[in-house]
Amino acid sequence: MSNRAGATYLPSGLPIPVAEPDGLSAPYWAGLRQNRLMVQRCGHCNTWQFGPEWLCHRCHAFDPEWTEIEPRGRIFSWERVWHPSHKALREHGPYLAVLVEIAHAGGVRLVGNLLGDPMQAVTIGTDVEGVFEHHSDSNPPYTLLQWRSR
Amino acid sequence: MARARTERTLRGRVAVVGIGETDYCRHGASPDPEFKLALKAILAACNDAGLDPRDIDGFSSYSDDRSEASRLAAALGTRRLRTATMQWGGGGGGCCAAVANAAAAIVAGLADCVVVFRALAQGQYGRFGQTVGIDTISGEKAYLMPYGVLAPPQRFAMQVRRYMHEHGVRQEALRAIALASYHHAQANPRAVMHGKPLDPDKYDASRWIVEPFHLYDCCMENDGAAAIVLVPEERAREFRHKPAYVLGAAVGSGYRTGAIPHNSPLYASASFETLAPDLYRMAGVGPSDVGVVQSYENFTGGVVMALAEHGFFKPEEANDFLTLENLVAPSGRLPLNTSGGNLAECYMHGFELVLEAVRQVRGVSTNQVRRNDVAMVIGGPMVTPASNLLLGSDATL
Repeated sequence: MSNRAGATYLPSGLPIPVAEPDGLSAPYWAGLRQNRLMVQRCGHCNTWQFGPEWLCHRCHAFDPEWTEIEPRGRIFSWERVWHPSHKALREHGPYLAVLVEIAHAGGVRLVGNLLGDPMQAVTIGTDVEGVFEHHSDSNPPYTLLQWRSR
Repeated sequence: MARARTERTLRGRVAVVGIGETDYCRHGASPDPEFKLALKAILAACNDAGLDPRDIDGFSSYSDDRSEASRLAAALGTRRLRTATMQWGGGGGGCCAAVANAAAAIVAGLADCVVVFRALAQGQYGRFGQTVGIDTISGEKAYLMPYGVLAPPQRFAMQVRRYMHEHGVRQEALRAIALASYHHAQANPRAVMHGKPLDPDKYDASRWIVEPFHLYDCCMENDGAAAIVLVPEERAREFRHKPAYVLGAAVGSGYRTGAIPHNSPLYASASFETLAPDLYRMAGVGPSDVGVVQSYENFTGGVVMALAEHGFFKPEEANDFLTLENLVAPSGRLPLNTSGGNLAECYMHGFELVLEAVRQVRGVSTNQVRRNDVAMVIGGPMVTPASNLLLGSDATL
């Protein structure tokens, strides 16, 4: 089962997230490794921004600051995936992906998996909290941010 | 002609005079290499027009088509190359933009005879529906792929789910779009799904790919190529067939549609909120003037959104409007995807839709509609840049 304690939600073998060669998202991925959710907030005009960019889309100040936020949010949309689009997912069965909106960070959104029974009823608007899922044995190691109902 | 000098428009300035395609095959089933498919489609389009392929002086395509313009020009022996245009990004969202770019080159005087084409052999270069050979990933996909949001069905399902939630759209609306494409494919011998009809029970019983998409909500993966030839309006009547004039086109997306991952402010959208008004303004027509629509089906849900954004119904009316009866030729309220489209004719990355719109204007579709003076094509819902196109008969000029 994908939700057994101590295991990762999805099997290993899926693409491993890494920062771009220019390092744009490096603070985000490094933050997750330390159980911290980091998003951009412009130091000049306080606009929240995610995914990251080198420029604040509102005031055009360069290099928006990275700010830690509490990993809490609300399900904005969801999907239950049945068809395996990667060999690592063959024989795995259905799984849930959710799009989570973070109201206390300007409504930025993050995609993750919804932990628990993959056949559970999912309702848009449900409050969720983040769970840091470490893939420490991976090469390179990385951490995902998963979600569970609150 | 002071007006011609001041008015910046494509309306009536350029015509499609030739169309051509290869056999359409299941992915991996084409005996021909992808580049050969491109050449076959281009030669077929020239033959349809009655035009010497050496007179082509430009190429336009999209989605990083591998059949590069200079190689095509060398292979075909075209006398000179005057425009070579690639539309950035957006996958199938470029299918109308490539036509618009070619038309713009002609209107601007850069070229006189431009081929617009798409060649795609997924059997040779990898299926869009499978993710292989990626060990590490960065950028947008890094926020998605590790969570199993890998291929297009998974990338778009949450957008459609949100739209269904906001507007009360039911599964039956999506189903009607699949049924219309399959219905039309049964009369189209080119269609990969010709002879394979779909009915509501078969749709309902089909497996989920990713909720809310059943198997039949998803486009196919195919091998083939399709091409058209564009010339200036003043030359349009020199060729074999009735010209289909460009009435208008629009390309792009709205405010920060490209904010990744899934951070577009107007998330539950097919990306046409700014393009549809631009298209109608250039063409000088409105939704009620449009007799037939080819609307890119990556997934049926995107078609629901795209049609609503083009003003054919309000999102809240989708369940009532989207019935099989309303969507079929010859005289439904809005005949849709009359060749079978990406779902049932061929996933030629939407370019088969442009050819079908030309056939409708000519009056030679295998599912000919009665009102065929104005034909719309909508490219690539839910992507950016997206694009759209209106073609018309000479009666519309």
